This record gives sequence, C-alpha cells and structure tokens, in this order.
Amino acid sequence: MGAYTPHTPQEISQMLERIGVGSLEELLAVSPEIAPKAPLDVVPALPEYQIERRMKALAARNRADEYASFLGAGAYRHYAPPAIAALAMRGEFLTAYTPYQAEVSQGYLQAIYEWQSYICLLTGMEIANASVYDGATALAEGSIMAINATGRARLLVSRAVDPRYRAVLHTYCGGLDIEIDEIAVGADGRTDGDSAIAAIEAKKYAAVIVQSPNFFGVIDEIDARIRAAIETSGTVPIAVISEAISLGALRPPAEWGAQIVVGEAQSFGVALAYGGPYVGFIASTAEHMRRIPGRLVGRSVDNRGGEAYTLTLQAREQHIRREKASSNICTNQAHCALIATIYLALVGASGLRDVAGLNLERSRELATAVTSVPGVSLRFEAPFFNEIVVRVGNAAEVLAGLQQRGVLAGVDLGRFYPEYADSILMAATELTTTGEIAKLTAALREVVHVAALR
Amino acid sequence: MSQLSADRPAPALIFETGAPGRATEYVERSRPHGEFLPPELLRSDLPLPDNSELDVVRHFTQLSHRTFGIDLGFYPLGSCTMKYNPRVNDAIANLPGFRDLHPYAPDELAQGSLAVMYELERSLSSIFGMAAFSLNPSAGAHAELAALLVAKKYFKDRGESKRTKVIVPDTAHGTNPASAAMCGFKVISLPSDARGRVSVEEIEKVLGDDTAVCMMTNPNTLGLFEDRIAEIAAAVHRVGGLMYYDGANANAIMGNVRPGDMGFDLMHLNTHKTFTIPHGGGGAGHGPLGVAAHLVDYLPTPVVRAIPDGKPDVRRAPSDGMRFELDFDRPKSIGPMRSFWSNFAHAVRALSYLYANGAEGLTSVSQLAVLNANYLRVGVSEFLTTPYPEICRHEFVASAQELKKETGVRALDIAKALLDRGFMAPTVYFPLIVPECLMMEPTETESKETLDLFIEALREIVETAKRDPQSVMAAPVKTVVGRIDETRAARQPDLRWRQSG
Repeated sequence: MGAYTPHTPQEISQMLERIGVGSLEELLAVSPEIAPKAPLDVVPALPEYQIERRMKALAARNRADEYASFLGAGAYRHYAPPAIAALAMRGEFLTAYTPYQAEVSQGYLQAIYEWQSYICLLTGMEIANASVYDGATALAEGSIMAINATGRARLLVSRAVDPRYRAVLHTYCGGLDIEIDEIAVGADGRTDGDSAIAAIEAKKYAAVIVQSPNFFGVIDEIDARIRAAIETSGTVPIAVISEAISLGALRPPAEWGAQIVVGEAQSFGVALAYGGPYVGFIASTAEHMRRIPGRLVGRSVDNRGGEAYTLTLQAREQHIRREKASSNICTNQAHCALIATIYLALVGASGLRDVAGLNLERSRELATAVTSVPGVSLRFEAPFFNEIVVRVGNAAEVLAGLQQRGVLAGVDLGRFYPEYADSILMAATELTTTGEIAKLTAALREVVHVAALR
Repeated sequence: MSQLSADRPAPALIFETGAPGRATEYVERSRPHGEFLPPELLRSDLPLPDNSELDVVRHFTQLSHRTFGIDLGFYPLGSCTMKYNPRVNDAIANLPGFRDLHPYAPDELAQGSLAVMYELERSLSSIFGMAAFSLNPSAGAHAELAALLVAKKYFKDRGESKRTKVIVPDTAHGTNPASAAMCGFKVISLPSDARGRVSVEEIEKVLGDDTAVCMMTNPNTLGLFEDRIAEIAAAVHRVGGLMYYDGANANAIMGNVRPGDMGFDLMHLNTHKTFTIPHGGGGAGHGPLGVAAHLVDYLPTPVVRAIPDGKPDVRRAPSDGMRFELDFDRPKSIGPMRSFWSNFAHAVRALSYLYANGAEGLTSVSQLAVLNANYLRVGVSEFLTTPYPEICRHEFVASAQELKKETGVRALDIAKALLDRGFMAPTVYFPLIVPECLMMEPTETESKETLDLFIEALREIVETAKRDPQSVMAAPVKTVVGRIDETRAARQPDLRWRQSG
C-alpha cells in the first residue's frame, strides 16, 4: 500500500464493485506493448523513523557548517527570526493551491498584495508581480518584457551582472534568436560608462541591464550620462538587485532611472537550502503593466459591498491566452514570497535599516582586516555594499589553503572571469563575527605567505 | 469552517498598522549609513511599517484563517493533484545540514545534498523510463521550456532547424502552447476525437518534415488514457519529430506504465503534485526534466555526476563509497535555467516521499488515485452529465451544461456553492473543449467517507439548483467575502498599497 493512503481492503472491494470492475489491475489495464518490462529500481519502502535516520546521515555528509564562511555571490546568510517559520509553515498557507477561488483565499491574496506593495515601496516602482522563480529567471522574464515593449531583438548587459543570471538570459534567448551584447567592467568595478554609451549609440537595444550592488558588491547605478543615452535611444533600463537587503540602505532604482527592476529576495528570510527554492521579483513602471509576466493580485469589492482581493489581469496569462500569453509561467514562488513578506513585516523599517547598516559595517571590517595582510588588496575602489573583491594571487590555490584552515573565504572569480583569476569574492553580513574575520585573516596571512615563498 | 466565516473582519493591511519604532529588534542598532557611504547613494526614506512581533504574528495567523488548504478540507482541483503533504518531509528538508548549505559550498562539503539529488534523479529515471533526469527546472512550465530548448538545440545540431512546429492537442494545459511560443515555435492545435483522445488520423495530417515536437499529456486532461499512444509516437518518430510528455498527470501511471515505454523522448514531472511537495499557495514548485538517451547531453547545467558512476546501495550507509560532483562542463547543454542548481529543499521532500513508498507503494498510490477518481465519477454521474462515461484515470470531467439549460445554474455557481459547504471547488471551465466543465481529481489520500460526503454535497447542490436556482447562484454566502467584482479589478487595477494623503 501507499504510505499515506487510507483505504482498507474492504473499502477497495466495495469501491471496485460500485465502479463495476473486478480488480485494481483491470482498472489500470494498458496494452502489453507499452507495459513496463521490469520492476521499478528504487529503494524499498522504509518506516518513517528509518527515513529520518537515513536523511540525517545524508545531511551530516554536508560539512560546510564546520567552516567560517564568507560565501555570497547571489545567495546570502542572514538572520531569519523563528516567527517566520512558525507562521509560514501553518497548514493553511503551506497546503493551499494558487488562489483561483478567491472567496476562500482572501488571506493568501492579501499577503501577496502586501508582498507586491513591499516590492514597490523598496524599489520605487509602480507595480510588482506575485513573484517568479528566482533572480535569474526574473531577469530573463523582465528582458522579454522590454523586447515586447520595444519590438527590438537585442539586449545590452553589463559584465558586472551576476554571470549565472547572464547565463540564464542566454539560455532563454536561445529559443528566441535574441542577440546579447556586453558592456565592459571599468577599473573601479563599475559598469564602464564609455563602453555603454558607445554601444547604445551604435545599435538599437531593447534593454540596458545593470546590477546594483553588482556581482562584485560594487554600487553600480546607471549614471546620468548613460541615462541620457538610454533616453535618446528609446531603450528600457533594467536594474537587477540580487542582494535585497541593500534596498534597506541604498536609494531605490527608480531614482536612478530604472523602468523595470528584477531581482532575488532570498535575503528576506528564505533559507539558503543549497540554492532553492528562492524567490524572484519583477517590478516596473505603470506603462509595462500589461506586459508583466505571472500572477498579479488586485484589490476590488465583493457583492456584499466589502473590500476583497483577487487574481487579476489574467488576460496576460497562459491559461487564458495560451501561445499568445506574456509568459508560460504558472507555478510561481508564492510561499517564498510569503516568507519574505513576513520577514519584512517583522523587521520593519527600523530593522531593515539596521540589518543593512550592519552589513555595511561588517563588510568594511572584513575589508580592513584582509587588506592588512601583506600581498592582499582590494581589486576595486568604488563604494561597495556587503561584498568585496580581494586580490590574493592565485585565487584557486589560496581558497584551497584557506579551506584546509577551516575557512570558506568566498567564490573564485576566475571561475567566471578569467582576467580576475587572482581574486576572491567575499561577503560579510550581520551574522559575520569578529572571530570569523580574525580566523580568515590569520589563515590568509599563512596561505598568502606560503604562496609568495614558492 | 468557523474560522473562514463571514463574522470575522479582515485584518488591516500591514501598512496601516504599527508605529515608527515599534518593531521588535532582532539585531543590534547599526551606525548611520552615512558613515559608510556618500549620501547621494543612500535612500532618503524607507516607508515600511514597524509592527511588534505579536502584532505580526496575529496579522498572519488571521490571514491563515482566511485561507483554505488541503489541511482544512477536500481539495478536488483537477490536474493539480492536491494530495496530503506529509509533515515528515518538511521536517527533513529543515534539517540544518540541508537548510543552511550555501550553493557555492565546495562539492566535497556538499556530498549529502549531492547524494540526495543523484539518488532522486536515478530513481525518477527508473520510475518513468527515461535515461536521465535534471532537477534544474523550477516548475512544470519551466521544465517544458527547458525541454523545448533541448529539442531546438538538438535539431539545430542535426541541421534540422526547419523543424518549427509544435503539435499540441486542444485538451493540453495552457503552459504547453505558451512554452512553445517562448521558444519561437509555431503551435499547431490538434482537435480531440469523439472519444476525447488524440486521433492518429488527425495527427498524421499535420505531421511533416517541419514537425519538431508533439506535446502530450497521458492520461489527458479529460482523465482519459491515450490508448493509441504507441501508434502516435511511432508516427511522430517516423517524420523525425520528438515526443514530449507533460507529467502533470503522472499520479495516474506510477508502476503502471512509463513515458519512456510509451515512446516519449522528453518529459517533465511536477514533483509538487505527484511527490507530495506542498503547493504553498502557488509555489515554489519543482519540475524535474527527463530525457531519453539521445538527448542527455543537452540537459541544463549543472548535472550531478557520481564517481564511480553507479547506483547508491540503498541497503548500506547513504551512498557509501561514492563521491559526487556538480558537472558544469557540458558543451552541448542548453545552459542553466535558473540562478542555482535546483529547488533543492523540494528534492529532499520528493526523495523522502519516495523512501516512504518504495516501488510497491508508488504503484499502489496510482492505483488508488484511479480508484478514487472512478468511484467519484460513478457517484457524480447520477446527477451531472459525464461526457466521457468510461473508466477514467486519476481525474474526470463532468459538465453542468444540461443543468444550466434547465435551471440557469452554471459550473461556476456549483463551484461557489461547494465553498459554502466546506469543500474546495474542482477546476472549472477547463479543459476548454467541454462546456460548463467541472474537472475533479480526488487523489489517493482521500478516504471513501470523504468522497461520499463530497458526492452528497454535490448532489444536494444540484437538487437545490432545480428547486431554487437563485440560492445556488447567490453562493458563496458563508465565506469571508462574496463573489468579487473581477471586471472592476481588471479595469481599475489596484495592485499595491499607497500612502494616502
């Protein structure tokens, strides 16, 4: 029997009889030519306590928790108050489907309306959708919005945008014959203004895509010169936010010209969980409202004269428009959006400001500490949020040496940028301790010294 | 149902409560941002509310009381497989070793997570008869898109870029044509025959050397098994096309028939349906993509590789003697579909469910899902038309067309009347080919008593409709709100809170 099936043998017989079929096998008969030739090759059923035991043994084979970690690069370790899980794991939220029947889904619909509102307040945009899969797919979907808005089939992306986001953009564009050009990174770690302007003046782009803080942690607004070029060319400026906590300190992308803001809200209470599920968001100015992909919750009235929430503008969506829809998205990340909404409700403006401030503070402590080591320097000089690019010599070798000393110092930039194979991307958050920074610094002193001697 | 009743007012929007400085403090106070950054980079204000933890807990608890989930009652939403979500799966996904692992943790420190992914991929390959699975796509529609990108690249490599058409039956989920369009394919819609199935004769008319992919759901969205699937697959393969299996209805086939054996080259699985991952109000999902041997090289990156390659020995310590790594170096791959490797927490839940069932359990799951659907179909057919009166699989469709002619009561009214009686409504007005359609999928985790109660509630609604149609058309009356003005919602969009004044 299945693990969670309630049927007794007597009930199965009664039900078969009512249907008028002799056996379960008869009910599911298929022609022999397509019937399976061999039994399924999977684990035999285990009792629940043995499932737990086996899974705990697997979880124990993940050993990263024994290390001081400065890993970031698009996924961040932040404090999540336990109240989030206590609320989000309530069965009413956890076991609901997409709120098609609004009359019995008012609670979830209101929560998503609140999520949309939070994203608007944080980004300065007019509208936000109910979520997409993650930051990278938000960028891909946001780019398609710009392509549809302009009727142009070419995108211009800064090389300082997360390389995995750019890779996903390439995957999506592979189906649509969209060309992607890139803007170089300047010596200060920001998107190079001259290259950007030259490109925008040379070709007609659907969108110009910039991330801030960018993949190197550097604050990388679209500056006034680039904005002027964008305006003249009729291109849609897209801002990418992959560290949402930064929105607690930095001015919203609307203020530096973005028309579409896409990003990742994992930092708002969503577990790292080896990469997912996370939660992407798409926000935009009002003019793009009917091109935005995915679900939208709206506030309306019911037939009793009261306020009520419902899914709306569904004429954009696949279940109505089929091949003419603005996207194929159906399932989104509602539960992660709920988690992020609860996080924002709990910390409030005061808490978000403090968390952002502590990220600024700890990352500067980190920068000061690591650059005190001879042979170690910061690669970029532009102001940063909570991540830094640290030049160490041979990054892969240094990272291996640090790992032997109990430190996961960050991501080897050479993995994505051959020209930065001498650098490590390191993050510090409010959870980073002085002790961890000291451990890293001491280990770095040994490892870089050894490397220099060789 | 009392907590969903109309006498409880809605909690105010979170933005309309609280007071500056009232938020519970979770971290220490920070120094002013201006000490770290020049003022022109900083925001001038942060217009979010400060509420105490107690007020936030009350707010969301009250919102939960205004939300219907499987945990509250029967949820027969067709094509959505709303089965019980076992709590042990959540407890396991929440083990710190899994929950707190950073995606860039070095492979040697992530062996447990890699083992979970590897074993799930291998198991799904066996259950569904595919050569390999990728856990990269985030949901069913995302996997459809990945699959069509795989097909596009495969044809390009073979010099067959002239294959521009994707065939989609008229009973297909809306995501199928939408995914095809996102890949630049032209969609050919195929009418169903009188038996509610794809006709071999009709499909042969549209097949040609421009055929790329035929996307099918089997059993289809009418709940009917496409019994000529082998002939259809042979015809598509004869012209060089690929067969895609939409796994939304896979809860009907485990241990019974495998997409690989039916002739499919690509498939997705909604583990958030078939493998009990909670839907969470519309996601996160999890959409593993399976492929036949000739397409393995095209799967999204990364792929989990085992050294030595083989199958974990389930009777010994977890994955004893095997090492795993993420393989990004796959020249033919379509590339990554998402930021990181997988919705990993969901892979844990799916594997945990697999452990609870084993092969025999999964076989039984599908058998009992089909048993429940047929029991419900026979009961419902006493008072509603069932346009395809034959043995169904995991779901079936009924039509309120006759009832509407007789009384004016529509499928939508029946749906709303069910809400008043403590049940979630079935899927309505889908598939599009059945007028006044009600599509019901009970799943295997519901007991005979629950099905009997539901049949009686539905019978009572139909009888009421004949006696007093206005009362059914007025439903719901017991829910926290009544029917909502959808036109106003769309014409005067109010999609966010704004500070008034």
